[in-house]
Amino acid sequence: MSDPTPVLECEGLHISYFTRAGEIPAVIDFNLKVMPGEAVGIVGESGCGKSTVALAIMQYMGKNGRIMKGQIRFKGRDMTTMSQEELRHLRGSQIAMVYQEPMASLNPAMKIGRQLIEVPLYHEPGCSEAQAYERAVQMLADVRLPDPKRIMESFPHQISGGQQQRVVIAMALLSHPALLLLDEPTTALDVTVEAGIVQLIKEISAKFGTSMIYISHNLGLILETCDRITVMYSGEAVEVGKVEDVFDRMRHPYTRGLFNSIPLPGADKHARPLVPIRGQLPLPHQRPKGCYFGPRCDYFQAGRCDAAPVPMLSVPEHQGHDSRCLRIDEIDWGAKVAAVTTADKAEFGPTVLRVENLKKYYDIHDTSLMAMIKGQRVRTVKANEKLDFSAREAETVAIVGESGCGKSTFAKVLLGLETATEGRAVLDNQDLGHTPVQQRHPQVVSHLQMVFQNPFDTLNPSHSVGGQIARVIRKFGVENDPDKIKERVMQLLDIVKLPRDFYFRRPRQLSGGQKQRVGIARAFAGNPRVVVADEPVSALDVSVQAAVTQLLMEIQRENRTTLLFISHDLSLVRYLADRVVVMYLGTIAEQGTTEEVFAPPYHPYTEALLSAVPIADTSVTKKHIVLEGDIPSAVNPPPGCPFQTRCPRKLGPICEQQEPPIRRFGDGHEIACHIAPDDLLQMEPVIVLADDQASPSSAA
Amino acid sequence: MSTAVATAAPPRTPLLQRLSQPRPLILLLLLMWLPLMAQVMAGNYLGPLRNIIMLPGIPAAVILYVLAFRAWRESWVATLGLTLVFFWILVALSAPFLPLLDPNKPIAPFTLPFTEKRDVFFWLGTDLKGRDMLARTLWGCQRVLVWGVTATAVAYVVGTLFGLLAGYLSGWWDEIISFVANVFLSFPVMVLFIVILNYLGPSGFNIVIAVTFASAPAIMRIVRGLTLDIKTRDYVFAAQTRGESPLYIMLVELLPNARGPIIVDACLRLGYTTVAITTLTFLGLGLQPPDPDWGLMIKEAAKTAMLFKFSYMLIIPALSVSSLILGFNLMADGLREMSLRD
Repeated sequence: MSDPTPVLECEGLHISYFTRAGEIPAVIDFNLKVMPGEAVGIVGESGCGKSTVALAIMQYMGKNGRIMKGQIRFKGRDMTTMSQEELRHLRGSQIAMVYQEPMASLNPAMKIGRQLIEVPLYHEPGCSEAQAYERAVQMLADVRLPDPKRIMESFPHQISGGQQQRVVIAMALLSHPALLLLDEPTTALDVTVEAGIVQLIKEISAKFGTSMIYISHNLGLILETCDRITVMYSGEAVEVGKVEDVFDRMRHPYTRGLFNSIPLPGADKHARPLVPIRGQLPLPHQRPKGCYFGPRCDYFQAGRCDAAPVPMLSVPEHQGHDSRCLRIDEIDWGAKVAAVTTADKAEFGPTVLRVENLKKYYDIHDTSLMAMIKGQRVRTVKANEKLDFSAREAETVAIVGESGCGKSTFAKVLLGLETATEGRAVLDNQDLGHTPVQQRHPQVVSHLQMVFQNPFDTLNPSHSVGGQIARVIRKFGVENDPDKIKERVMQLLDIVKLPRDFYFRRPRQLSGGQKQRVGIARAFAGNPRVVVADEPVSALDVSVQAAVTQLLMEIQRENRTTLLFISHDLSLVRYLADRVVVMYLGTIAEQGTTEEVFAPPYHPYTEALLSAVPIADTSVTKKHIVLEGDIPSAVNPPPGCPFQTRCPRKLGPICEQQEPPIRRFGDGHEIACHIAPDDLLQMEPVIVLADDQASPSSAA
Repeated sequence: MSTAVATAAPPRTPLLQRLSQPRPLILLLLLMWLPLMAQVMAGNYLGPLRNIIMLPGIPAAVILYVLAFRAWRESWVATLGLTLVFFWILVALSAPFLPLLDPNKPIAPFTLPFTEKRDVFFWLGTDLKGRDMLARTLWGCQRVLVWGVTATAVAYVVGTLFGLLAGYLSGWWDEIISFVANVFLSFPVMVLFIVILNYLGPSGFNIVIAVTFASAPAIMRIVRGLTLDIKTRDYVFAAQTRGESPLYIMLVELLPNARGPIIVDACLRLGYTTVAITTLTFLGLGLQPPDPDWGLMIKEAAKTAMLFKFSYMLIIPALSVSSLILGFNLMADGLREMSLRD
């Protein structure tokens, strides 16, 4: 066979970091081959070494990182032996990288045009400034930025996050690199914006024939963008193969665990419970002997799996499919996942929380001279506009929306950190909307608690875990006797499945998932009636997400608590919510039961949102709807329907002039749209499972 | 039987670890600090007790030094600073028990270092009035240390309080507090000192007031900035949603998490304050004679040390001040270095 030379080849790569604690091997025996025009995905959880690989390819190891063994060959030449001068010429012109945070990749003090022009000027000596300008404008048009000339004259902070990332991609492509490295390029962006970038990345690989390495923790994105995939675990590649092979015929227990712990939008908590991977990722200096996944693996055989380092073995009958598992031939890979608990649908009680016509406006005082002259000193931000919904006992209501849709403001009003401008929020016949938290009765305060998003922020680093939970119990008068308080804290630690000696630990000694469990324990310590969970798992790794989600649901079911689940992750919402409220720019676009919202008729925004969710399942086909532009600012919302500026189903002037009427379908399914109900009913489902009719699991 | 064995068994390390808990640490600090403060601020009222109360302070200081050295051994800068500072603290505590001449008794004027006069060997010579330089230098550190630390501590309490108020409550509180702080910050520090001390009269307590006025606004700005950052954290929201009072949130949720930068800045500011006190004393606005004090020694020496031969009278106290300030600054550097590492 006469293979062309691969663009990039890593062979037996070992990378270590040197810290005070000594040598820490970050990447072990890593092999990768990228052919011209091919897109290779690297997936793994945080700390598995995927970014280290990217940095090693760019040769940006920093002072304390070193390649211990192995080669990185770029077009056949070993990069580890190149001089700094040669590397400088390679980077940017032959190999380009796109990072996670677009704002950090652009120089905030320089106009975008200047930054783009630099690339050809530096890498191609013969290039004149006018030519460089021409090419930059052309490239901005190629990455589908509207009005490239205006963007060239802008500073980075003047354009939105999605546009910034497009500029970064344009900059990377300007010198026509042979290899493009994308390190979580869409993680910092909203779902609908992400869908646009993913679309762009696919177009680029088709148009320019650039080879790509796409690093992500999101399996769905890899499925959409890549040809081959490398799954990493604790510094090692554990499974390598074609995307279809790895997704449908996986041959490593870790890969399987990953797939079982992500919710798919076709399934809910009753049909296909998530199965978390038990235990935690080992620390780099505490890796077990033999197979690193051994202690967390269901198929672990003592004496065999922990005997010696496991080599990469090729999977019989699958071409180019390797797995680092000794028991490839023995495990029944087709076996259905044993459901841990088949949860019965909870019986909902009476209505606990009712939100009626709630509005929250902020006044921005403009103290500039221009505003004084014009007489427009106060501008209003309509963070929440006419919210209407209710939640019953033991029900999970999901509030879905992208950043800036007003979901966090709503949570603040509910918890009493802000007061509503108009309307009511009623909890057990007591109005919450206009009483700040200090004026609320302690019992009302204890009935409403919150689980926060960021695990690294949710606990006070200066106090012990036990002390922080105990404070809640004491504050709400659940117990008063010190011994009983301590006993109650211990019980709560049991409930969230943490060892009791965590009572004395400091938050910094805990992992992200453990902190989030403590946050849940703290929220439930005062026996609340309603818990508001603001993206409680979005900052966690996939395998931990499943466990924390499962835990949250269990506690909720046991205590018959009402859960307001704020999220942007539709797969997760589909999985655990009973009812869904979709918000856009402070207004409710659609609400109804989960089944109703996830099936037609849709609000056009819901439809776009559903189509934007990356799904890690090859059997799913979905419609592609990519929204134009970005979410408008709440300071200056578009007139009429807030979604009209991006709506692919816009009817015409009516959308710009009038607020949309609320269309009612069946029992509580409401859509705020101008489109006639009959036309809405004609919509086709966005997500179709290939085996929808034949699937026995959904029927059972 | 077995319990007796168990209590006897633990080796020395667990004892040190047990001492490193907050409560024993505070006890040790008080044991070390209170006698020094009593000695300097109220020595005349104590009579014969004034020396005896220093005795428990000496072992307390030694234990604290060992504990701090163990905790900071990773940074040689911090341990060097620590050693300098604790050297002077130990000298201050043990000065009454050292075989020194009376620092206020004139013996032989203008005796050069390392010479013998009237059957007494003078290691560091004598000053213009014939008082032993060694005794005066060692005794002199008491006042600088105590007033320097007290003044900085008071400035910190005031500055932190206002910083927390301005940062957490914001709005009008912030406007007013920041405005007043800006007014104070706009004065040159020395002018502020001189104005306040001229008005109140020179004494140790008035130095404390002057230092508070000069330092608290800057401290308030630091704490305000830290508070503005920390108050956006989720755990502060969590406390707010529990209906905690603003005072509880400021003292329990915010202050402990601002402590890192505050401690580093406090060490640096101890140095500034020491310089300020010495300068004020040199100008005749601070501590008054006859008790030995470094600033005073420099002031007295400045008149007579015109001749190079007698410059030792000026250099010795000046070097002592520098070593103490260097100690504080190195400690600050080391602490920052360590805080950046983790």
